[in-house]
Amino acid sequence: MNVNFSEDELAFRDEVRSFLDEKYPADIRAKQASGIALDKDDTVRWQRILYERGWAAVNWPVEYGGTGWSAIQKYIFANEMAAANAPDMIPFGVKMVAPVIYTFGNEEQKSRFLPDILQSNVWWCQGYSEPGAGSDLASLKTRADRHGDYYVVNGTKTWTTLGHYADWIFCLVRTSSDVARRQEGISFLLVDMSTPGVTVKPIITIEGEREVNEVHLENVEVPLENLVGEEGKGWTYGKVLLQHERTNIAGVARSKYRLNRLREKAAQAEHGGSPLLEDRNFVRRLAAIEIELKALEYTELRTLAAVAVGKAPGPESSILKVKGTETQQAIDALFVDAAGYYALPYVPAQYQADFPPAEKIGSGTETLTSLRYFNNRKASIYGGSNEIQKNIISKHVLGL
Amino acid sequence: MDFSVTEEQAMLADSVARFIDNDYGFDTRQKIAGADAPFSREMWSTFAELGWTAVPFDDADGGLGGGPVELMLMMEQFGRALVVEPFLPTIVLAGGVMRRVATSAQKDRWLTALIGGELQAALAFAEPQGRFNLADIATAANCENGSYRLSGRKSFVLNGGEAELLIVPARTSGDQHDRAGITLFAVAGDSEGLARRPYPTVDAHSAAEIVLTDVVVSADSVLGEVDNGFDVLQAAVDDATLAVSAEAVGILRTMHDKTVDYSKSRVQFGVPIGSFQALQHRMVDTLMACEQLRSLLLWATMVAAGGGVDAAKAISALKYQVGNSGRLIAQEAVQIHGGMGVTWELDIAHFFRRFTAIETLFGNSDYHLDRFILLPG
Repeated sequence: MNVNFSEDELAFRDEVRSFLDEKYPADIRAKQASGIALDKDDTVRWQRILYERGWAAVNWPVEYGGTGWSAIQKYIFANEMAAANAPDMIPFGVKMVAPVIYTFGNEEQKSRFLPDILQSNVWWCQGYSEPGAGSDLASLKTRADRHGDYYVVNGTKTWTTLGHYADWIFCLVRTSSDVARRQEGISFLLVDMSTPGVTVKPIITIEGEREVNEVHLENVEVPLENLVGEEGKGWTYGKVLLQHERTNIAGVARSKYRLNRLREKAAQAEHGGSPLLEDRNFVRRLAAIEIELKALEYTELRTLAAVAVGKAPGPESSILKVKGTETQQAIDALFVDAAGYYALPYVPAQYQADFPPAEKIGSGTETLTSLRYFNNRKASIYGGSNEIQKNIISKHVLGL
Repeated sequence: MDFSVTEEQAMLADSVARFIDNDYGFDTRQKIAGADAPFSREMWSTFAELGWTAVPFDDADGGLGGGPVELMLMMEQFGRALVVEPFLPTIVLAGGVMRRVATSAQKDRWLTALIGGELQAALAFAEPQGRFNLADIATAANCENGSYRLSGRKSFVLNGGEAELLIVPARTSGDQHDRAGITLFAVAGDSEGLARRPYPTVDAHSAAEIVLTDVVVSADSVLGEVDNGFDVLQAAVDDATLAVSAEAVGILRTMHDKTVDYSKSRVQFGVPIGSFQALQHRMVDTLMACEQLRSLLLWATMVAAGGGVDAAKAISALKYQVGNSGRLIAQEAVQIHGGMGVTWELDIAHFFRRFTAIETLFGNSDYHLDRFILLPG
């Protein structure tokens, strides 16, 4: 056992650092620093820079354009990206649908979809949850009925993140109701959002922004060739995807970055005559989160190491999801505490690029803290709520 | 020891509750919250007609002679309805200073209009560098030929954009953190040299950043004694801390109740989610937290109503617990509502936003736990 990086790993870290120094665009960097939302063009431009370097698909096998990195390299890359405050790849294409396509899809699907995901030409969104099927995902009712060489899809998908920007949606749909278990008869279907009958309606969330949507599918005709794998096996494929999603959403590297920013912030913040960092109450809570995060970092490293020797992420990915989101949310709340009254103004327009600086409230991103805190209450709900994760752990890890 | 309320107090609570049920439903609230104006002036006039703006003032001043108990009863209802009208800044904070120290001439000039619902007011209790320390006042007031010249910055002035009258604590002597040397000034909102940057807040209330540059006020604008304003400022903020804690108790109980109801109607895995023991125990925890909070609220209110010196300590105990266990209640309400709990459409999100603002208002849990430890008793 050894806690230090090897020389090769240090060299790799330096390579990532110099890439970020040179290629991470200054305008996007500045927007990120001042909390200004990136538009789709910014995101695509940055993702294509990663693509050109061969780093868009960290987890993919090399043959499809992945990196072939070791677990430690992936860890180093995630940390350096977070430390530079560089945006991550939007997960729905590269991290979610792509592993299902390259694992279960046919050759034609691989060559049709994977390159466009890699190059950020096509944006994906996720069609899993429904108004009546949240935690109980297997109760989903969206139907795909066969008519000759196409399916006719009817139903409603919800909480569709970035659905208003997406070109394609991957859906779990019911292709058969005549099944012994509800998990059977579900299929994994790829749907072009421009097909007639697809409508996207905004859902405004607690922080006041449009991030998620409801997607209505009304007599949407989807060619049979858009079915991934076997009909009726979608639940199995979807579960693989969710386990990938769960390890992805722990967000350890981002949390480390944010905790460091919080410490810097607290060193400056006035607190009735002294910096907040000299307030014992605050410092103790900061330290407690730091320790929790260190534990989480090593839990994640252990999972990555297991994946590296060929094991798929198993039920223990649920541990990462629960502890990862709890830690994120604890950091969110501490940011609000640190900002004091400046957490409370609600002027979302000041995080648009064209906002006049003279009218800005607060000196930095304090007024974003409450909005992030509100928004990220979702973290313990999405990707399978933390209650569902605990059910998974008790059933599959504890055997209860 | 007596937990019962008087007939008049019960009538007041009933009248507020009835009004909330009939005329201040969530749709109405959202309409007011979404409008350009920070609150409804029409609604405010109705509050005045109903006598609510007169509640905490003496009969002799045209008030109804109410105290902490009356305010508690009203604020709990305001919490239940998420009322956005500026009762706290105008009546409890600014009114709290005036009813304590204003001269009869000052009362004639301002308090009558305030009680009548014709005057909006604010108390500028915070400065950008001060966090929750009320004595951290850098704004200076220099006496020149019988008048005062005020310069400095005030932050997060609740109702500061709407207020025709601002009560501005400023330093007439002493160092930046001294309690002595603070004087309270009545400053007209349209004074020359006063610049306001109003903004909405996350809870659909409003506040303003205010810069005073050589604002000249006459000596008869001094509220109370020169150099001795701190205790009055602290007392008014304590009133407001108690009032906003009562509002929080109303909010949290409502969130809890709505969550229990939701868990009975939301079906997953073929059964209501409320049938899962994992959720049942958590809702029992939040119920217990609600009851404990209500007990602290009643205790602190009775202590404050008794007028004892230990009221401040009781209020800090309460505010600490509002932040501490209230955060659990509010977060659990969102979590158990699942995705619906984080939608703008549902009231839970708006209760959550207001509660989050209340956590910070007049000092968060850390601040009040420290104050509780330091205060004698």
